[in-house]
Amino acid sequence: MTIPANGQPAEPAGAPSGAGGTATAAPDVLRTEHISKRFGAVIALRDVNLHLAQGEVLGLIGDNAAGKSTLLKILCGFQPPTSGRILLHGQEITFKSVDHARSLGIDAVYQDLALINELTVYHNMYLNREHVRWTLLSNRSMRREARKHLDEMGIQIPSVDVAVAKLSGGQRQAIAVARSVYSDAKILLLDEPLAAMGVKEGGIILDLVQDLKRRGDVSVIIIAHNYGQVLEVCDRVNLVQHGEITLDKMSRDTSVQELTDMVVAEYRKAMEARQRNG
Amino acid sequence: MSETAERSAPASGSPTDPTIAPGQPGVRASSLGRIGIRLVQQREATVFIVAVGLVIYFSSVSSAFFTRDDLVNLSQIIAPLAIIACGEVFLLICGEMDLSVGFVYGFSPFLMHYLIDFYSVPAIPAMIICLLFGLAFGYINGFITVTLGVPSFITTLGTGLVLLGFTLTTSNAYPALIPESAAGPGHWIGTYAWSMITWAVVLVILFQILLSRTKWGLHTVAVGGNILGASEAGINVRRIKYGNFMITSTLGAFVGLQVAFQTNSIDPSSGGYQPMFYAIAAAVIGGTVLSGGSGTIVGAFLGAVVLGIMQGGFTLIGISANPLSIIFGGAILVAMIANVQFTRLRNAGRT
Repeated sequence: MTIPANGQPAEPAGAPSGAGGTATAAPDVLRTEHISKRFGAVIALRDVNLHLAQGEVLGLIGDNAAGKSTLLKILCGFQPPTSGRILLHGQEITFKSVDHARSLGIDAVYQDLALINELTVYHNMYLNREHVRWTLLSNRSMRREARKHLDEMGIQIPSVDVAVAKLSGGQRQAIAVARSVYSDAKILLLDEPLAAMGVKEGGIILDLVQDLKRRGDVSVIIIAHNYGQVLEVCDRVNLVQHGEITLDKMSRDTSVQELTDMVVAEYRKAMEARQRNG
Repeated sequence: MSETAERSAPASGSPTDPTIAPGQPGVRASSLGRIGIRLVQQREATVFIVAVGLVIYFSSVSSAFFTRDDLVNLSQIIAPLAIIACGEVFLLICGEMDLSVGFVYGFSPFLMHYLIDFYSVPAIPAMIICLLFGLAFGYINGFITVTLGVPSFITTLGTGLVLLGFTLTTSNAYPALIPESAAGPGHWIGTYAWSMITWAVVLVILFQILLSRTKWGLHTVAVGGNILGASEAGINVRRIKYGNFMITSTLGAFVGLQVAFQTNSIDPSSGGYQPMFYAIAAAVIGGTVLSGGSGTIVGAFLGAVVLGIMQGGFTLIGISANPLSIIFGGAILVAMIANVQFTRLRNAGRT
């Protein structure tokens, strides 16, 4: 896989060097202060303080329903927080919509991928940022660009003209990621980009994130459940538990064992509490 | 639902399809065959074949079928269905439905009559106000459905009945005459023999372009295909649904004026459920999926042609009024079953 902006050979896996070493020194591009989110009586997030440096890759891990996806949806303008504030490049900002966040350089790949089965690969890749000429869709241009980008990423699909319904889970995931990566976003939010992927397709996405990291102009937040992959690709890790960030460490200062132990300890504590209560 | 997927390149043609590699040996020799396969693979092809079959059948049993007078008659049956179907296809694709459009169709010529005869509004502004009324009525349907969250089936059932009651109350259920001042412009809208079908063809072309070549059409498909995904992609789902309700009601108002001019009377029994259900049937026969996410305007037009030919043809060959519905209903089922089976065969051949 090659991303033309850097043109460098792939780095050995598991080397959190480069941007990783300077991540904390770089200025924050995105910061949340005391973010909370309620859905009726349910508190999904409480007092979340998160920061993301220029060119940094931040991993968000945690058990299911910990609040990771909710946080990502707040950061991409899909839903507003109940309280707290978001700072983009040091300026407080209220995202009015996904489009608004996108216009400010934030793009997301959602867990459900946000793909439209009935539309072609190229229409999906340019959904809501279509190439238009004299109010008519410029299908030829979108088709050409989509094919070029997917070739660059090494994603193999039968044709960009097929409907995404006809693709495998991994191919669909790759297309959703490619859509965001080539959107000129400066902050990418990836919600489980490796789910449903085979080893090879997952490797493509990991290589892609490594390439973005080397470029240094794109900051990334990734939600993933495979801690090995998270530590391999991320500069820093945040553990989300019950809507709170309970751990914030550089990847090089933690291990798969430590992260697993923390999540398992939380699970055991919950089980014990349940048994005590009856 | 496999047919929804194949619609993926919405009528854009895809002349640069990479699966057709130019310069391959034998390409020239088989190009006609490829074009033939391409045509057959179009979703509209099956309903077109059904339409051709009906023409052959009625031509063989009646010499009056397909004469000039019969074509005018057929065109006047087909045009209103095709125009209303343009709006219904957009609504069905984005996951909604409008049962009230036939009542807008019924009220619109009365509104023109009231404006011209009671309020001395000139004819053309009065007709424009009728269209604006359609627009506003569609907005109300959109508001109740999208903003208040009532399913569109119930919303439009309710608003349609309210409008029917309003039409009957204000007209005392009596027909009215076309206002004299409106007769002139009315020729171009519906009175001339071919004016209705001309409007229908122009609108079908415009709406097919709107569906398959503009952001509005693409976003309509996206909203119907995956409403959450569409909103996550930043598409304004509410705007798309409001807009499509407004398009449909406006087309209903326009068709109401056309039919009034064509029949030279304003009839309170005009419109109602029949043209709406036939338009939806035309859309579905033409390949629009009732569950949303996929559809074609050209297919709906061909669906209207099939229904028009059946309606006109059975009347022409002397089927009496009472059993006509049995035959018509059965023929719709046969046409639809043939369409579904053709589509299955087509998909099986493709995969």
